[in-house]
Amino acid sequence: MDFRLTDDQVALRDGIRSYCDDQLPPEKLGALAAAGGFDRALWNGVAEMGVFGLRRAESEGGIGLGMADAVLVFSELARRLVSGPLVWTHLAAGLVLGAASGDAIVGGLDLAGALGEPHLVEHFTKLDTLLVLHADRVEQLDPRALKSEPIATPLDPLTPLHHVRDLPAGERLGGADLVARLRLEGAALTAALSLGIAEMAQELATAYAKQREQFGRAIAGFQSIKHMLADMFVRQEMARAAVWSAGATMDQAGVGDPSRAVASAKVVAGDAAMKNARACIQIHGGMGYTWEMAPHYYLKRAWVLSTCFGTSEEHEEALAALIAR
Amino acid sequence: MDLRYSESDERFRAELRAWLAAAVPKHAAPPPAHDWDARVAYDCGWQRKLFDAGYAGINWPKAFGGRELSATEQLVYYEETARAGAPYVGVNFVGLLHGGPTIIAEGTPEQKAKHLPRILRGEELWCQGFSEPGAGSDLAALATRAIRVGDERQPSESYYIVNGHKIWCSFAHVGEFCELLVRTDAGAPKHRGISWLICPMNLPGIEIRPLPTLAGEGEFSEVFFSDVRVPIANRVGAENDGWRVTNVTLRFERGTAFASEMIKLQRVLADLVVVARQVTRHEACAWDDAGLRREVGHLLAELDALWAMVKRSVSEASKTGVPGLEGSAIKLFYTELFQRVSELGVRILGRAGLSRDDVAGLPSSTILQRHLNSLSLTIAAGSSQIQRNIVGERILGLPKDR
Repeated sequence: MDFRLTDDQVALRDGIRSYCDDQLPPEKLGALAAAGGFDRALWNGVAEMGVFGLRRAESEGGIGLGMADAVLVFSELARRLVSGPLVWTHLAAGLVLGAASGDAIVGGLDLAGALGEPHLVEHFTKLDTLLVLHADRVEQLDPRALKSEPIATPLDPLTPLHHVRDLPAGERLGGADLVARLRLEGAALTAALSLGIAEMAQELATAYAKQREQFGRAIAGFQSIKHMLADMFVRQEMARAAVWSAGATMDQAGVGDPSRAVASAKVVAGDAAMKNARACIQIHGGMGYTWEMAPHYYLKRAWVLSTCFGTSEEHEEALAALIAR
Repeated sequence: MDLRYSESDERFRAELRAWLAAAVPKHAAPPPAHDWDARVAYDCGWQRKLFDAGYAGINWPKAFGGRELSATEQLVYYEETARAGAPYVGVNFVGLLHGGPTIIAEGTPEQKAKHLPRILRGEELWCQGFSEPGAGSDLAALATRAIRVGDERQPSESYYIVNGHKIWCSFAHVGEFCELLVRTDAGAPKHRGISWLICPMNLPGIEIRPLPTLAGEGEFSEVFFSDVRVPIANRVGAENDGWRVTNVTLRFERGTAFASEMIKLQRVLADLVVVARQVTRHEACAWDDAGLRREVGHLLAELDALWAMVKRSVSEASKTGVPGLEGSAIKLFYTELFQRVSELGVRILGRAGLSRDDVAGLPSSTILQRHLNSLSLTIAAGSSQIQRNIVGERILGLPKDR
């Protein structure tokens, strides 16, 4: 056992990080929101780095990596709030033609969890394919054939939504086994995104608290602020341990129960993202309450993620059932 | 990012599991908390069994009778002892997890030879003499004075004369030796005038007054030192270098010292589910309450995250040999999580939680004892507030608030 990143994993993480840092610094978030939250050039760049085909075999044009690597990549994407149906398109690689390369943009609806209605689809107008997870089957639909209405004011300005009222039967891609696999992988990747949110919220708050002065000194020196930041760091590290553990447990047979590891990661990372984003706004004070500063984007994204691939309440119930056996 | 245990780790697991399966049931039930003679006999008896079977001092060097397990084998050890419900280190805590590791890191060959084997066999109990009435969180403000008579050239005739007042000294009434922090240079800045002494507790001039805890137990005491003569050869590390030596100790305490307790918490949580199914609420049982189930699920998620964090920390420490600063983050999270688990137990009990004796077939005694004892966790070994300062200042680089 060596629960540290390998050299290859460090290189993978650093590569994605430097790309995202470069492409989407906080000052570009406003423009991205104004453009509807989706930037095709950025999407293509992410695709070229192999994000969508990451876990496809090399013989099938992928990179041949595992979930332990995928969670690292997705945390990096979330640190800079890279937008688009990243998780669904990644999950669709191998199921939907063109998804692995990112040429086909795939979105989805998870109706197998507790949150079914209303059917709000993210990035709907950009989608080439819509995946729908029912309790017993996975279907794909052509989004262009669906009647939908845009949500005029989505919570997350970087996550546009459409309300799909009628959902006709689609083409069946698989049964309950596939639903279970996609939901498990989707929850793990969503937890990874939440980790990235938690991390960046902490880093933004720490940087701000070090330079913001009140009463003649940096506010980071006040214990009330310092202790908030320490708690943010602790939550981030617990989330990291849980998310990495979920990724490794899915890849490595016999080290644990993947369902439990993923449920734990979704709960802990989701909590960390929400609480750290809230604290980030609080530490930014009056500026944190403004639209022009980055913190609100992190809170809103954390909120979006909390509704994807099982709420905390669902995963907590699942964990309770495991320990009560 | 490899969570797989090696074949040799798994061989060790199988061997240990088999031994525990036979040894744990034979070691009777733990004695009541107030019966110190029985507790010492129980804890030291178990330590001796571990020693005889080759499982004592799992992270100690073989040269001192330890098992010198790899970091991953230590994790296996914690997982298996928790799984088997094996006794905790108990009264051997300070010697095995505190004083012993410090002597290994900083002691002289003579100190190592004298103390380490006896600690391992459960023959030598230690107590802690760090805190003082005026030096709690600000430990370096300690005022217990030690004045040297003689010098290193004649060690057998040289000694320190110690005067002072220690408080919250765990196991002082049963300890044979005390890890004692004293001020050897009153003129130096507070961190630079401290020395670390091994103080035999039978020396003339030592008075021990029990200080009952809020659980009503004699876990710790106040200790008064009046012209106590401690041989100079009992100093660990250089004179006035005791603060650095202490930090070695504290890092061990914040690092892996609680690993076995962490993994046992999963079992504690599972036991609470059993109680929740026993306790009635209206026409139903407590476990029928979705809010309670989700709370248990949430705590389990956090326990999983904590154990994953320990694995990360152990993987990192296996490179350096000393637990890293993230030990503060782990200590902070673990102690507060423990309290939330133990408090949930009291809430599940409802009115039965007002009785510290088992009542109506419910394990009130264990649950109350656990919760009351847990209140010390966020105070001892560096309070949660001090840990937050450490995380903030040393990890995040925030300015000091002095």
